Parts: sequence; structure tokens; C-alpha cells
Amino acid sequence: MTIKGKACIAGAFEHPTRKAPDKSTAQLHAEVANGALANAGLDRKDVDGYFCAGDAPGLGALSMLDYLGLKVRHMDTTETGGSSYLVHVAHAAEAIATGRCNVALITLAGRPRSEGSSGTQPRNYGAAAPDAAFEVPYGAATVNMYAMVAMRHMHEFGTTGEQLAWIKVAASHHAQHNPNAMLREVVTVKDVLDSPMIADPLHRLDCCVVSDGGGALVVTRPEIARDLKRPVVRVIGAGEAMKGQAGGRIDLTWSASRWSGAVAFEEAGIKPADIQYVSIYDSFTITALMQLEDLGFCAKGAGGRFVADGGLISGSGRLPFNTDGGGLSNNHPGNRGGMTKVIEAVRQLRGEAHPAVQVKNCRLALANGTGGQLGSRHGSATLILERA
Amino acid sequence: MKIPSPPVNPENKPFFDAAREGKLLLGKCSACQELHYYPRAVCPFCSGKTELVAAKGTGKIYSYSVMRRVAEPYAIAYVTLDEGVTMLTNMVDCDLERLRIGDPVRLVFKAAEGGEMIPMFTQ
Repeated sequence: MTIKGKACIAGAFEHPTRKAPDKSTAQLHAEVANGALANAGLDRKDVDGYFCAGDAPGLGALSMLDYLGLKVRHMDTTETGGSSYLVHVAHAAEAIATGRCNVALITLAGRPRSEGSSGTQPRNYGAAAPDAAFEVPYGAATVNMYAMVAMRHMHEFGTTGEQLAWIKVAASHHAQHNPNAMLREVVTVKDVLDSPMIADPLHRLDCCVVSDGGGALVVTRPEIARDLKRPVVRVIGAGEAMKGQAGGRIDLTWSASRWSGAVAFEEAGIKPADIQYVSIYDSFTITALMQLEDLGFCAKGAGGRFVADGGLISGSGRLPFNTDGGGLSNNHPGNRGGMTKVIEAVRQLRGEAHPAVQVKNCRLALANGTGGQLGSRHGSATLILERA
Repeated sequence: MKIPSPPVNPENKPFFDAAREGKLLLGKCSACQELHYYPRAVCPFCSGKTELVAAKGTGKIYSYSVMRRVAEPYAIAYVTLDEGVTMLTNMVDCDLERLRIGDPVRLVFKAAEGGEMIPMFTQ
């Protein structure tokens, strides 16, 4: 059984806020839910499936459904960090394919900017996490756990800070056209390298923004999507995977995207070279580089050369990526970048991206997310989407 | 630098008890004989029962990063022990500007805020 062609993304909405000190997290969830339903042209009464992840306040779907006043017959609270929402799209497609629901709503929201979150803070997933005793004493934060991946990549493959910087440069070129982007200034490789070193070898401009906000998606069956008078975006392939410390057999040179991507491409029946646009989770520049290699857009170790010299800039580069500005320049709501990756891919396939960054006749797009920590344990989810 | 205390539980208590005596313990499976880290009661490779064995305390830096934008810079690292497993740790009591992947390192223990002894490495 496959989900290929069994479900469509009918609604996609990104909250315009980047700082929401006067709103609650639940309220942001409600606002993005309304936004995505309006975007789809569907009503709240149509929703019979609901998906949320660890950012949802309270007892997951129970708290949120009660707050939103929705009655559904299918719910899923799969939590794989920032990649959760790509997994949710795939799981929604499975639920639709098996008749568990017809209209699935997926929401994400968070207020890390208002709450003073920073990637330099030690991460703590609770004292009961089996790894906690072996990580908490060492100051394992977000940024240094990704920095070690970059350090090893540079050591093994000769990847340079300049090459990583090109990823941020491309994101900034795209963000200048996004009025909602948190950072709209176009930056150069030199700007990235001159920005303060946060955790060797990652500079401040190698790191994504910390922003409040959220996003939502509506996934439905093709018969319903066709009646909505919007371009139809079909889900044609999906994969999910996790990779961890493997009992101490640690290899930081590749990510779980190698597995999730292979499954998704197999299901879609296409190759990386067929993809016209990619949304790639860019919590840090190294995160994007690893995924591009592991998804097969270039050989392992060749990512630095692939992204250099504007390789990811829409209109001139070899593979347009994150045309909204991505997490590096636009938005990283709730410290979880997977949702916005799907949203911009939908915009591209609908032809609704900003004209300056719209890929001509974009028919095939890929969205990829990672979640957790690339340097310890992380999830990866891949979605391949097609305009019908 | 203050070292946060590890959340000690019945499963990992023997590891931290041994650390007080200057020993770094690895997990070893009684069934498949494979070593693993961090130690756990059930083997991550074959689900067999495990025991704890002491490491020699020498290894090489697999990767590292010096955190700069904090009050007191510190180096997180993955060290591959001579026994073959790689563990998360800190590099301490050495020049953080001179760390390199592949450098040989040796075990030291540092006291956490709650008195637990934490395995770290130096050059």
C-alpha cells in the first residue's frame, strides 16, 4: 500500500507574526488553524482529523481539540521535534487513504522569542530521558551539538566556513522579498564569517532566527481538493527515520535523511534530479548541507561545493531552496522548522511564492525536516509533493 | 565552572558509584559481547543482558566545539575510546584553542554541583 496520490495539501498558512508577547501559544494555534482552513476554502466543521506535536500546550490533541472546539474521529500527536509536521502530513495521508478521516488539520505554534529561548542554552528533555545523565553534565546545548557535526564534516571532507556561509547568503537573498521575514537584509559570505563565533565553527549567521509564530496545514482527499478551486498539491512520497548515538557507534557524517529520503523517492518513483524546488530544514547552515547530501542532491562530502557561489539562490543557482528565507532569515516558529518548510513548498507548487523567487512551472518539490539534535539523536522526514 | 548534576536513577547508579572511585564504565553485553555507551541494562544491539566493564581511559577526539557566547567558554566533545565506543564529554584542563580532531586524550573526573564525579578528558 502506498500513500502516493491518496492525499493533497489543500490549505497552508504561516502566521505573519514573529514576536507575540501578548498572545498565548494556544491562541496562536487557533489563529493558524483558522488561517489554513480559510486558505483551503474549508470550514471547521469539515475537519475530522487533527495532528499536533510537542509544541501544543497541555495534553496534546486533547487540550487543543477541547480549546479549539473541534470534534474529530482521528488524532495523532507524533513527536519528532521540528520534523513532526512533515511526519504529520504523511500520517494524515495514511489516515485519509485508510478512511480514518477526510480533512486533517495540522497545527504548530510557539513563542520562544517572547520566552527568551536561545540555542546556547543547555537542552534538557527531562530527567527520565535515558541519555540525560550522560549529557546534562556536559553543557549539551542546541548550537554546540550541531557545531560538532560541522566540525567533523570539515575534517572529513574539507568543507569550509565560506561554503557553509553560502547557505545563509542564499536564504538572505530570498528573505529580502518576504515582508514578514525576521531578517530581510542581504548578507555576504564575509558578513557571515565576520559575525561572532557562537560555537566553533558556527558563527551567529550560521544559526537560524528565534521567532514566535506558527503555521498550519490542511490535508484532504483528492476528490475534495479538486472541488476547492485551488491548485492541487498531491503528496506522492514520504519517508521518516531516526538516527542516534547507536550505542556509541557514532558517525556524525550523515543524517537520517539518507533513510527518509530514499523511502520517499522510491515511493514517488522519481530521482533527486527531477526536483525543481527544495525546502530544507536550516536550523543551522550545516543542517541544510547534511540533508542536501543525504537526500542525494550531491555526493556525500560534496555539499560544500554544491552550495557555494550561489548554488541555492532561486533564479540563478542549480537548486532553489527555502525561497521564503527559511529558518536562517525568515521564521523558525516554536524552534521547529518543519512546518514552514511544507508551507513554502506548497506556495511554490501553487505558483504563489514571491515573483522574484518563484520557480517557473514548478511541478515537483521536496520538503525535508530534521528534529532533535543532529549531533546526538534526530528524526528526519521527507515529503515529495507534486502539482496535479 | 559549575557542572550540572546528572539525574541518577537505579539503572545508571552503578556508573556514577564507580565514577566516584575513578572508574569509567562501559556497557558490555553478556550475550553478544559488544561494548556500548552510554551503559544500559539491555543491550542496544541484541537486547541481551549487560554487565559493566571499566575503560582504560584513553582515546582520541572524534569531534568538538568550543561554546563562545557564554560567561565561561567550554568545550563539548565526542571522544572515541580505545575500546571503540564514542562518548559525549567535555575537554577540560587544557588549552581549548589547541584542540584538534584526532588528538589523543586521557580521562579525568570533575565534581558536579551535587558531588557526583563526571568523566571528562584532558590532553
